[in-house]
Formats: sequence, structure tokens, C-alpha cells
Amino acid sequence: MTTSQLVWTIVKILVMVGFVLNWAGILTWADRRQSAMIQHRIGPNRAVIKVFGKEIRLFGLLHTAADGIKFFTKEDFMPPRADALLFMLAPIIAMGAVFALLCAIPFGDTICPSRLPTHWSEFFAGPAVPRWGICSADARSGAHPVDLTIAPLDVGILYIFAIAGQGIIGAAIAGWSSDNKFSLMGALRAASQMVSYEVTLGMSLVGALMIYGTVRLDEMVRWQSEHAWGIFVQPLAFFLFFTASVAENKRIPFDLPEAESELCSGYFTEYAGMKFGMFYFAEYAEIVTGSMLLVTIFLGGWALPFLHRDGLTISFGGHEVAHVLVSHMWMILLGVVTFFAKVIVVCAVQTFVRWTLPRFRYDQLMKLGWKILLPASLANVFVTGVLYLLLDTAGAGVAEGLKTAADLSGVLVWGVIGYLILSATIGLLKPIVHKQTLLGSSAEQARRRGGTKAEPMQA
Amino acid sequence: MATLAFPKKSAKKTNAIPVEYTTRDFEVGSYLPEIIRGVGVSMTHFFENTREMLRGKRPDPVLERFDDGITTISYPEQKRPYPERFRGVHRLTTRQDGSMRCVACLCCSTACPAQCIFIDAGEYPPGDARRGYERFPVKFVIDELRCIFCGYCVEACPCDAIRMDTGMHPVPYDSRDQFIYDRDLLLSIKGGAGTFETSNPRHEPGEPGFPGVTREHSH
Repeated sequence: MTTSQLVWTIVKILVMVGFVLNWAGILTWADRRQSAMIQHRIGPNRAVIKVFGKEIRLFGLLHTAADGIKFFTKEDFMPPRADALLFMLAPIIAMGAVFALLCAIPFGDTICPSRLPTHWSEFFAGPAVPRWGICSADARSGAHPVDLTIAPLDVGILYIFAIAGQGIIGAAIAGWSSDNKFSLMGALRAASQMVSYEVTLGMSLVGALMIYGTVRLDEMVRWQSEHAWGIFVQPLAFFLFFTASVAENKRIPFDLPEAESELCSGYFTEYAGMKFGMFYFAEYAEIVTGSMLLVTIFLGGWALPFLHRDGLTISFGGHEVAHVLVSHMWMILLGVVTFFAKVIVVCAVQTFVRWTLPRFRYDQLMKLGWKILLPASLANVFVTGVLYLLLDTAGAGVAEGLKTAADLSGVLVWGVIGYLILSATIGLLKPIVHKQTLLGSSAEQARRRGGTKAEPMQA
Repeated sequence: MATLAFPKKSAKKTNAIPVEYTTRDFEVGSYLPEIIRGVGVSMTHFFENTREMLRGKRPDPVLERFDDGITTISYPEQKRPYPERFRGVHRLTTRQDGSMRCVACLCCSTACPAQCIFIDAGEYPPGDARRGYERFPVKFVIDELRCIFCGYCVEACPCDAIRMDTGMHPVPYDSRDQFIYDRDLLLSIKGGAGTFETSNPRHEPGEPGFPGVTREHSH
């Protein structure tokens, strides 16, 4: 390993882990504030820092910091008859498994260091790279192409399943070592639930693996970039994978391992202070990593339709409409930003699902997992295989039609993105009209005083 | 034939409409359409409220409380105004010239069922035009802990000198002696309209509304 590779690896780790840590922290805030907005509440906004007499509230973001301080300063309690070693080990395993996942997820296209701008004048009009073929080692400087994956593993998705399975161990030994019946029942639920849904999680991807023809995550993204996003190719698998990954995260509607009304807080009932904080944080980090997997496999990873390695290419079924070369550095940056933006959107959708649905009953959970999701994923594998064979042998006309359909799916994606941005802008700028209703003399008094609003509480 | 202690009544005819239960067809059983609909509802609420929050235009919790949106009152900073006739903390009103309206007639302390008002009446100094015509309270003390907020003192007052229109509820203090409101404190509280006076102007003897009697003729 050369020095430059070492530096690149450190940079990649900083980007990926930095994003997950920060976004998991923000998600704890988003969870509270988003739920408040959904339920017509204000939400947490009282944490305040006074700087030069000015109150800074940051829309309640400081609650996350306050939580961190609280976790660190709380008593580190351990039940007297708990198994000390396992009790300490459980949060480490729970958190470690999540962060070990990150190393196989690609967050950008492969960089050719030789094509990066070496002079500031090349910043805006640097050289583009060819669309196909990964650049080879540069003869001049000996620089190798840099995969924007912390560890570009050939086993890719298999490694991810292997590590994701370790999350069960953390939950299970947390419940076992706590010497508490609620913890134990939570741990049993967690273990059986995660084992059940991991089957679906794996089976739903088999169809996608057949089509992509690879288990490398970056190759999957390249396939989606050249053809169509996974959500169009494998729509059923997308929903199955999404459901199973929510169940793996132990989030509502599948949060039975920590069902408050039945089990206090499930397998981490006995945990306090930073140990609880690690479980709590691992849960949110798991949302982020789950969203990253979903984005990589089904939502095109870093790729956007019509944007390739060399720039913008709009073509329909082989007819090229427009072709613009864009410099390598900007395409890489666009890819990284796109990836993280997609992850943020998927995280927000997960939060919406979490605040919309009630919790399943345990038998319903098992029934859904084994009797609906698993057969559906098996059917998906079968149908995908049959269709794949049929379409592969159908002839040139069908292949041409598929190509056009893939390009149309790209148009659809851009249409949806444009519609969302447009409607969000219009919605934000739309005038807000409230109807005043004066009932009683107190409302009359309030009207005379100009309402009951006070400015500091707006955020 | 044995009679039942609680004979069964025949079912009455009602106007109730039978509830239609959802059948578990594929659309319901697959969860997905309803989940998407539900998430859509959540998103609508989220974006509406976020928009109002970002633009600082969420509905007023009192005036626009029937609108959709966040109508929370953040208490210490925001207060819901009480109705106009709410009996709050007492205050002593003033005349237009700023002097006390109270003439220390002891009507309020006599009417008070809780006996929480203490008045020490004093004469105006010799030479003052008001001497012999009316008195004034040297001490006027209300024990707000004893007060039952019945409002009889306000009813009893012939001069409109004591009122409970401040719109303030008694403040929780640390010690009991802070609840003893003395004359100057009672005088320093404004009414709901924001003035120290009342809305009823006091007609002084000799004014057009009071023909005949003047201070000089009173005794």
C-alpha cells in the first residue's frame, strides 16, 4: 500500500463515518421534530446556548448535544447479578457491526487521480474521462484509480449480509446478560425477528443479483447507471427489501424487541448512560446504513439518469439527443453529493413511515415475515428468472424496446425530481391564510393585543 | 312460573346505522396502498406545519385555534388571555388626576367573607379641601392567600376603587409574606385595558353631572 492509497483510505473513512455519525445525530433530532410537525406539535426547542446574551436555539438541534452530554455524565449502572463481560460487550457489538457495514458501500464513482485538476485553471474546464472502462494505473506518477469505497471488496453484498447478521448478537447478549426478564424477552424477540427478516432481506436481492450479474456494489451502481434504476427493474424486491430493512432496524412498525408498553424498553432496559447511548446511536446509524444499501441497490447509488462518467448524454433507444462533456472532478463531486442526498431522502421517508404506522402484534409480525414476504420474494426470484430468460432470447426488437423503456424510466426519474422541487417551491411560497374565529371575550382581548404570539418560540 | 328479577326487555328500535367492517380483501391484506395513503397524510401535515413554522406564520393559538396547524401555547412566553370578566388579582384604581379613588369606607372589608382586607383609615390634613368630606386608607392590605376571589369587595365598593380586572392570576411566591399585597403594590397594577383608571369616570361634586352639591356644602 502506497502512501497515496493510505491517504485516500483515510479520507474515505472520514467522509463515510463522518457522514453516518453526523447524520445519525441529526436523525435523532429529525425524529423528534419531524414527528412534532406531523402531529401538530412544536417539538423540542428549549435547549439553548447563550452567546454574548443572544439565545441560540438552532431549531432544537442542541437537544442532540444535550443528549450526548447527558449520556456521558450519567451513572454507569450495571445490575448486580449481570454478566459483566457480556454486558459491556453488547453495545460494542451492536455499534461495531453497523460501522463495519460502511466499508463496503460505494459512495461515488472511481476517481482517476491523473485526471484530477493539477492547476487551479483546470478547476472549471478540466479533462473528462471516457464513459466506459475504469482508468488504469497512471504510467507517469504510478497513481492507481481510487474506488470511492473504503474497502472495494469483491464479495460486496455477501460481506454486508455477514456483518448485518452480527447485529443480532449484540441485541441477544444484551438481553441475556442483563438479568432482567423484560430484557430477555426483548432479546428473544429481537433475535427471532431479525433472523426471520434476514431471510427475506437476502432472498429479495437474489432477483436483483441475477439481473446485475455481480455481487460488487459499485458494479451494481454502474449497471443501473447504464440501464435503469433497480426500483424499475425489481419493483417488488424494492418494497420487500425496504420492509425487511425496517424490520432489521427494529423500528416501528416492527419495534417489538423494544415495545415500551410491554417490555419497558426491551433488551436495553438495564442499560444507562453511554451504554444506552451506544444502542440508541447504533439504531439511528443502522437507519443510515440501511438507507445507503437501499440507495445503492435500488435507487442508482451515486448515479443519476443520463449522467455518466464523461458527462451528460441524453439518448433514447440509441438515438443520441445531446452530449456534453463535463470535467472529471465535477462528475465525481456530483456523484458523491447525489449519493448522500438520496440517503437523506430515504432516511426521511423511513421516519415518515415510522410516525405513520402502529406497531404489529408479534404473531402478525411472524405471519407477515414468513407467510407473505418470504413467499413473495421467492416468487420474485422465479418470475425474474423466467422473464430474464425469455427476454434474453426474444431477439433484437425486444432488446431495443427495453433500452427505450430504460431511457424512459430515466425521464420519469427526472420528472419526479422536478415535480418534487417545483411543488416544494410553490408550496413554500404559497400565501398562508388563517381564518380568525372570535369566541368569547378572551379571544376579543387577544385580538386587541394583536394575538398571543411570542417570537422566540417560533423555532 | 317464576318471574325473573331482571326481565329481559324486547329490543327497541333504534336509528343506529350498522357499521360497515372492512373486508380483508387483497388491497387491505397487502397493507401497501393504505400505508402509502397514510404516509401521504403524514407528509401533508408535515409540510404544511413546516411551511408555517419556517415562515413564522403558524396559527394564533387563541384567534385561529380552529385552523389546522400548531396551536400550542408556550406558556411562560405566551399566555392565553383570560375572559374580560375573569376575577384576577385586585388593584386599586385612581382618578384622572392620579390620586386614589379609595375613600376608606370599609365597605369591602365588611363584605369580604374571607376577611382578608385590612384598612387603616386616615383623615386628610387640616386645610385640605377633602378633609371632612372623605377619608383615605393609610394602610390597605389584602392577604392574597386568604382571598377566595369571590369578587364581593368589587361589588361592595361604592367608588369603583377596587377592581379585579387585571387579567392576572395570583403569582406563586416563595414565602407567605410576599402574598400580603399592600396599598402601593395594589396601586401599581394596571387593569386589563392597560390604565390605572377605570372605564367609569368619577364625577366630582360640582361637575355638570353633579349639580347642587359641592365640597363646601357637604357639611
